[in-house]
Amino acid sequence: MNVSITINGTVYERDIEPRMLLVHFIREELGLTGTNIGCDTSQCGACTIHMDGRSLKSCTCLAVQADGREITTIEGLADGDNLHPMQEAFWDNHGLQCGYCTPGMIMASTAFLKDNPHPTEEEIRHALEGNFCRCTGYQNIVKSIKAASEKMGG
Amino acid sequence: MSMRPANFDYQRPTSLSEAIQLLANNDEAKALAGGHSLIPAMNQRLSTPEQLVDIGRLDELKGISTNNGTLSIGALSTHAQIAASSDVRTHCAALATATGLVGDPQVRNWGTLGGNLAHADPASDPPTVVLAAGGTLHLQGPNGTRSVSADNFFIDLFTTDLQPGELITRIEIPSLQGKKNAYVKLAHPASRYAIVGVCVVLEMNGNECVSARVAVGGATPKATRSPSAEERLTGSSLQVAAVDAAAEALVNDIAGDVMGDLFAPEDYRRAMAGVYLKRAVQAAMA
Amino acid sequence: MGTRIFGSGIRRREDPRLITGQAKYTDDMVLPGMVHLAMVRSPHAHARIVNIDTSAAEAMDGVIAVYTGEQVTLNPLPCAWLIPDSDLITPEHPAVAVEKVRYVGDAVALVVAETRYQAEDAADAVRVEYEVLPAVVNPEAATRAGAPQLHDDVPNNIAFRWVASSGDEGVEQAFAEADVVVKERIVQQRLIPTAMEPRSAFAQWNDAAEELTVWYTTQNPHIHRFVLSGVTGVPEHKLRVIAPEVGGGFGSKIPVYADEALTAWVAMQLNRPVKWTETRSENYQVTIHGRDHIEYVELAAKNDGTVTGIRGTVYAGLGGYLSTAGPGVPTILHGLMYSGAYTFPNIRCETIGVMTNTTPVDAYRGAGRPEATFLIERLMDKMAKALNMDPVELRRKNLIPPFENGHDVAIGLTYDSGNYEAALNKALEIVDYDALRREQAEARTKGRYIGIGVSTYSEICGLGPSQVAGAVGFQGGLWESAIIRVSPAGKVQAMIGASPHGQGEETTFAQLISDELGFPVEDIEIVHGDTNQTPMGWGTYGSRTTPVAGAALVLAARKLKEKARAMAAHLLEAAVEDIDYEDGKFFVKGSPDNAKTIQEITLMATVAWDLPEGMDPGMEESQFYDPPNFVYPFGAHIAVVEVDPETGIVKLKRYIAVDDCGPQINPVIVAGQVHGGIVQGIGQALFEGAVYDDNGQLLTGTMMDYTLPRADDFPNFELDHTVTPSPHHPAGIKGVGETGTIASTPTVYNAVIDALQPFGVEQIDMPLTPSRVWQAIQESSSNRGGD
Repeated sequence: MNVSITINGTVYERDIEPRMLLVHFIREELGLTGTNIGCDTSQCGACTIHMDGRSLKSCTCLAVQADGREITTIEGLADGDNLHPMQEAFWDNHGLQCGYCTPGMIMASTAFLKDNPHPTEEEIRHALEGNFCRCTGYQNIVKSIKAASEKMGG
Repeated sequence: MSMRPANFDYQRPTSLSEAIQLLANNDEAKALAGGHSLIPAMNQRLSTPEQLVDIGRLDELKGISTNNGTLSIGALSTHAQIAASSDVRTHCAALATATGLVGDPQVRNWGTLGGNLAHADPASDPPTVVLAAGGTLHLQGPNGTRSVSADNFFIDLFTTDLQPGELITRIEIPSLQGKKNAYVKLAHPASRYAIVGVCVVLEMNGNECVSARVAVGGATPKATRSPSAEERLTGSSLQVAAVDAAAEALVNDIAGDVMGDLFAPEDYRRAMAGVYLKRAVQAAMA
Repeated sequence: MGTRIFGSGIRRREDPRLITGQAKYTDDMVLPGMVHLAMVRSPHAHARIVNIDTSAAEAMDGVIAVYTGEQVTLNPLPCAWLIPDSDLITPEHPAVAVEKVRYVGDAVALVVAETRYQAEDAADAVRVEYEVLPAVVNPEAATRAGAPQLHDDVPNNIAFRWVASSGDEGVEQAFAEADVVVKERIVQQRLIPTAMEPRSAFAQWNDAAEELTVWYTTQNPHIHRFVLSGVTGVPEHKLRVIAPEVGGGFGSKIPVYADEALTAWVAMQLNRPVKWTETRSENYQVTIHGRDHIEYVELAAKNDGTVTGIRGTVYAGLGGYLSTAGPGVPTILHGLMYSGAYTFPNIRCETIGVMTNTTPVDAYRGAGRPEATFLIERLMDKMAKALNMDPVELRRKNLIPPFENGHDVAIGLTYDSGNYEAALNKALEIVDYDALRREQAEARTKGRYIGIGVSTYSEICGLGPSQVAGAVGFQGGLWESAIIRVSPAGKVQAMIGASPHGQGEETTFAQLISDELGFPVEDIEIVHGDTNQTPMGWGTYGSRTTPVAGAALVLAARKLKEKARAMAAHLLEAAVEDIDYEDGKFFVKGSPDNAKTIQEITLMATVAWDLPEGMDPGMEESQFYDPPNFVYPFGAHIAVVEVDPETGIVKLKRYIAVDDCGPQINPVIVAGQVHGGIVQGIGQALFEGAVYDDNGQLLTGTMMDYTLPRADDFPNFELDHTVTPSPHHPAGIKGVGETGTIASTPTVYNAVIDALQPFGVEQIDMPLTPSRVWQAIQESSSNRGGD
């Protein structure tokens, strides 16, 4: 089936099997491997992207469902050479170690801040319900998101 | 050992009637709404439908509105939309709570209420609320439209009154504005599904509870009402003894049906149904 | 002089590629002509393979080859920790099961196809007929008469019995003469490491050159080259192992698995690049698990609280086959830890290693040492209760007094340095322990159940002297090496044999070099993970990268510094002993204005126009480093929990960690290591546990069932530290990768049991899930007459 999906501002047209998951479309068809896969049951959140501005686990969506939609992946978050404030905050606050969950964490938390620009620490912890990290104990991830919210919210 | 669905035929009808036709023509077809129950099952190859009928773009199934005090929620409304809807917060706060507790933020962004109810996972949150709130499901199928009360819709584990080719089009909930209502949940720490979820709807006249509806999910194979608990609460002033009695009644009502698993054995779930009833009453009255 | 780079919490140099999605993990690799491998795995825990029909799979779209075990020509997988003083039997571990499968997930066939979707379709189509056999999953039950036998050559499923003892007579006497003995049966439940990146391998065979390159998710590429060479027959000089970005390991990426070897083998058969990546469900079934002990332990003491002896018998589950380091974990890394931070004079540990129809067990973060620390700290709390002493006082009474250069413990180790009471005091001060106890007592009067847990620990890390490795049967060395190479323009590449995968050594090691030589951090690149680019090293595990590889690096840097000093003396026409160094500059004592920078010296040494007599050109040094001893970090942790008695839900309210890993190169990174360790340890106490049913089916086979800690399970941790340098490390550094995991499990467990004192609850098996806590409260309440 032919699909046309806008990813990070570029329109990609491909003929794909309907069963192809969006995450495989992104990683394997387009070679955008920043979006990682950490589970097979829609739990871990490593594959989180934005679809039409909202966070989505791209393993829980067929590429055909994304036909005609706008996707942002971790590769499209920065503005050219200028990191997104959330990326900067993860770097500044040691919000990552092995980095595997990081793209999903950053995509989930940037989407979260759109809904809740001034979250409390507790709200941040709750908002990470759909994202696992095995390295950081979440401590510095929470700190990073808090820092980003303060920077972005002015 | 897969995380890749088996092959299927994919159809994306442009109208509800076309969708119903497609589903009616193929017993092995499944409707795809948000996909947040179906795709995980397909990834594991626990579900291998021959055909997927993608109803996700049908505008006829979208939108949240109120009509003469009745809340009308299009089947494709996402959990996040419902949780954030001021109409839902006003008219059925418990549903806003419950949809805000489904899965995680990403799941709530794309999972739909219609898909959720049709899937009828006993551990899911919305069925319990729709049942306690006295909701009605509007269905459309090859033989036209009909409505089914939530009391009659949920039949068993993953089993509903939906007939082949039928789809949920919208869900109506009578306004609970003025009634106390709440949903509380003990979540499985890994799956985030409900070990126990309890919804209460209490109509108060001063200190007296003049009517009560109580439903429990998670613990039982389907969202289940508890007539005995409702009876204990009705006519009471929700004093500790009455609520305790209602909790005990709820536990007795579901006693034979309680499911157990590794994380929450039967006796624990049974006890928690009572505890969470008390907490639901507390939350409703807070 | 500016702020010293050593000790500065600079931002990590790894991060830009990771936060932008530019990092390349193994599964991200692509080569032209690449094909995909999927495994057909046994759904049974114990069965004979009667027949495998691959015909349907072979006929499917895109399928290139299907192989069964009989066709695979790899050598069996070796067990590489052959513990001495035991009767260890190492049953054969074929890469693909041929006659029998021994756990759910044991591979029985391989499918290769053009796409991964096709490979999975075809794997589903391979028909395997099994004769199902009875299974056994409990390591104690597996040793009983009549239990199902996994391997013909392992009678009663006992792979070994191993004993460590300070002297059996003394131990017997201590227990016979004790005033009080407390006992516990501890189930150290199985844990699933769950590195966020699943395992993956990508292999390329160059037929003409007969060279094999394998990218894979490993913590120790050099060990893997060594072993993979033996398994595949490709000689080491023709075999290149590359660990690209690796998404966490926690021990699970140490062992040599069949899958990576099979990926390489298929690449050699087909002469095409082959990729294999496990799904998470596969990871839970096939990648090693940790812990799995059933322990009978006891502690003896005098009435004044002096502990006189500790002993234990451990049934250690090893899984269906012996994993690479499997036998060493519940023995060497466990029994030798029984002294903890204390002066216990009599110690004995007996471990019975048992084969069961389960996923192989190997090193998971802490590996043997968390299990030991747990039982010690658990018994200490139990003893405090029996003696009616405060648990802190009992610990204080038995702590090893401060020492700076060596302390012998009864089990035969020599700890390097420690000041345990200082760490304990600091932690107690942070929480105001006495006030906390008063708060707890007051809360109880209001029906609120707060619990306080305190642990003091010492651990062995920085594995370790190679001579010891040999003596304990580890089939390799434990030294590390480093090469520091400075380019003519003064840019530094440092090659290390260790293989960090999240720990941040690209940053901390650059700080070490910068601190020694004055090159700015941004001019230093740490090269790791590629056997063709790095010198030999034994890998990143056991909190050893900084203690061992870091020491090699510091010593290499100091060699360069001496060369630079000699060169400076030559250029400044002064005697070497008159040359001072500060901040990257060399100058004659008292004349800092007339200095030669390290960059100028490098250039002159590299062009070599005018070298001092006897000096070789270039600025490059290499250093091997075999540590003289382990390092022994330590600390004190305190947890405050509240239990909801109606639901059994445990809420962690505060967590305080005071750790001592010696001087910290980068305190932000150290804190990150501690944070993650604490959460994994608390994961064991409260959430995690792999469970098999009696048929050997893994009931916690996905992330839907196996509970990983989440962000909202935790408060902000309160961290502090003391600094007690290791006397033998050139920079005084101890490791910190495992401390959090080692300390936090007993700390939180003890806090929960403390909270439940009013109910008389003494013991609950981990994890302390709400239903288990609730059940324990119910049972105790009913025992006490329904109070």
